[in-house]
Amino acid sequence: MPRHLRFRIALVVVVVAVSAWYLYPLKSAINLGLDLQGGIHLLLGVQADKHVASQTDRAAEDLKGALERKGIAVKRIARDGDTAIAVELANPQSWNDARTVVAEFSSFERRDEDAAAGRFRLVMQDARVRQLRDDAVRQGLETIRNRIDQFGVSEPIITRQSADKILIQLPGLQDPARAKALIGKTALLEFKLLDERTPVEQALAGQLPETSEVLYGREIDKQTKAERKIPYVAQKRSLLTGAELTRAEVQADPNSMGNWQVAIEFTATGARIFGEVTEQNVGRRLAIILDGTVYSAPRINERIPGGRAVITGQFTVEDARDLAIVLRAGALPAPVVILEERTVGPSLGADSIRQGLIAIAGSSLVVFVFMLVYYRLSGLVADVALGLNLLILFACMAAIRATLTLPGLAGIALTVGMAVDTNILIFERIREEMRVGKTPRAAIEAGFRRALRTIVDTHLTVMGTAVILLSFGTSSVKGFGVSLFIGLGASLFTAYFFTRLLFDLLYMGRRKVESISI
Amino acid sequence: MIELFKNPNYDFIGKRKWAYILSAVFTLIGLGALAYHGGLRYDLDFTGGTLIQVQFEKPPTVAAIRKSLGTIHLGESVIQEFGDNREYIIRMPLVENVSSDEISRRVQSALAAESSLGKFEIRRVEFVGPQVGRELQLQAVYLVLGGLVWIAIYLAWRFDLRGGVAAVVAVFHDVIVCLGALSLTNREFSLPVLAALLTIIGYSVNDTIVAYDRLRENRGKSVPRGRTFAQQMNDAVNQTLSRTILTSLTTFFSASVLLFFGGKTLEDFAFVLFVGVITGTYSTTYIAAALVVDWTNHVEGRLRRGKKAVAKA
Repeated sequence: MPRHLRFRIALVVVVVAVSAWYLYPLKSAINLGLDLQGGIHLLLGVQADKHVASQTDRAAEDLKGALERKGIAVKRIARDGDTAIAVELANPQSWNDARTVVAEFSSFERRDEDAAAGRFRLVMQDARVRQLRDDAVRQGLETIRNRIDQFGVSEPIITRQSADKILIQLPGLQDPARAKALIGKTALLEFKLLDERTPVEQALAGQLPETSEVLYGREIDKQTKAERKIPYVAQKRSLLTGAELTRAEVQADPNSMGNWQVAIEFTATGARIFGEVTEQNVGRRLAIILDGTVYSAPRINERIPGGRAVITGQFTVEDARDLAIVLRAGALPAPVVILEERTVGPSLGADSIRQGLIAIAGSSLVVFVFMLVYYRLSGLVADVALGLNLLILFACMAAIRATLTLPGLAGIALTVGMAVDTNILIFERIREEMRVGKTPRAAIEAGFRRALRTIVDTHLTVMGTAVILLSFGTSSVKGFGVSLFIGLGASLFTAYFFTRLLFDLLYMGRRKVESISI
Repeated sequence: MIELFKNPNYDFIGKRKWAYILSAVFTLIGLGALAYHGGLRYDLDFTGGTLIQVQFEKPPTVAAIRKSLGTIHLGESVIQEFGDNREYIIRMPLVENVSSDEISRRVQSALAAESSLGKFEIRRVEFVGPQVGRELQLQAVYLVLGGLVWIAIYLAWRFDLRGGVAAVVAVFHDVIVCLGALSLTNREFSLPVLAALLTIIGYSVNDTIVAYDRLRENRGKSVPRGRTFAQQMNDAVNQTLSRTILTSLTTFFSASVLLFFGGKTLEDFAFVLFVGVITGTYSTTYIAAALVVDWTNHVEGRLRRGKKAVAKA
């Protein structure tokens, strides 16, 4: 009797049982990639520098206020690049007073001081810049997760990838364009007063005060669907932002049939600021601005207490619903850009699965028949081993929750061809040993022993390149690497260990073996 | 039993001069094709841009698609039939300051505006920004180099430096031939093609290992006196010939099935495997084994000459 026969049989039974357990039920066991089940894959780049710049802006604003409160006149104060503020005092004599004020801005360092001229620059500390950049990505990730949760997508993947990128995968989505708009919107809501002293024509010609800017509103003609841009001159300072929102709800627009609006409600602080702003500016126009686009600019007729407002535009119900979602989830701290997008419709995914399975089935069939014809009973042994290989391969993918992609299916089809390599190597060796006159049993023994080293070599080389593929970032290539790696790893077990077991059972019994069907 | 070869004894190594010429010709054709096309034609993954796959309800004409897209000014688009006559792929270059969803929206409305096209479904949108494309290009080069280095190290460790270098030269030849074939058939270098190339790098060296292993095993036994190194190598190649051909055949079957039944998306990938399996089998004998023979002869020749010189002195 061959050695450890019982133990080896038990091991195979255990492997089969565990594989079957992982694969049951088949439908939910295998994680299909977006290219197979349809869905959207987005790689977003967070423009973290913009967050740093806006924080620098805010600090410049605060500094100006602090200096003014101390009675220090400022000739010029402006952001210089993303991380610096250039300050010029009106009177160099107030230098020492200014220094004490500046000392309170602990995350900035004073540089390029020119006491005689009353000029200096404040530069943000590197540690603070790094922290802000990190914050921008982390908060962005949270905000996007919030939005997607509210939008309702099953099993989304939202993760940070490298320092300033966010990877989003939304499987089985029907309306990718809408999802993209929802995710990519910065959703920075601002309230700014219009600058009604500067005529629009003059502002468009570039003549406008430093504190004002030109913003545009959009209007869509109902008949022609043509988009028209309407310029506004607004003050740069925003009086209130969406950060002070507590609620955002969709409502029918009472003034325009078929249009929808979003009603918003401020926090206590927001409501107080809103009340003050409206009180102090009765008669002026207040622009409601989302991501730099003016949605409306109603005239303030009286103080508005209670902190409620509506955002109108020519919204469809879906537009309004999505706007309410992004307002509730909050603004992204920094804008994002789409670096990479891959959207696959569900019908294409189904086609790909079909074609991938045909390729695997076809490849298996050809190899199966070939082995059977060429090696007869031994070929059948190899075929059974091949079947076991596929079983283990799928089970491993289920066990490690690997994602099966179209290139992954191709990898499996290829594995089928490569897995029988091992058996061919062994069988050819056995034939050779028999040719030099060995008995069948001795030939089997020698064939398996001598082929082992070569088999390990051939597996390691291809598995090595599969590992290199695995290290590659892109998911489709990764999927191929995974299935190739697991397939070859499994073939070491099936094509060598399992085949040997079957040979032992067939030929190593007590009866005398005259020949081998090989 | 069926046997492909009965005790084969072909003089492979003796004809290696011809093989070198053949390999040189293939390599030159490959390089020539690449040079003629101005390098590889990179796929969207590497160049950046937008790809939109559209399935129409009834077969459209390219002219009608082109006409409808002409109105949206998104640069020179390439329109290709994809697999069947109702399915088309539209590729557009990167346009500055136009986001990917803006592009797909504009394409959708342009196609809808052209009434002769009828109903359609957008089945796939891929957008790759300039940054990602550049990163991938670099990574691709690292991957291929990484693959070659892995092979060289493994073989140098398992056998010797000569074997490692010769195998890498053979694999490098396969890579050039595959890329040349890609260029000759006007196919694009895409991510799946890269994956296929790396597989071939790992696979092609398999046969080489088997032949080297056999050579070493034979030399480990009592070497028949009087057989030159070239003859020993030739024996090893012959003894492993049926195995080499058979295993290549099964992998070749798999690659063929993928090429002919795997669908359009996998076609280029399968093509590289198809070519790679053939050239990988060829290069084992005619480049890897042959180079080791010539290298060994060269070294031994110098040693002999060295000894002679010492004897004379």
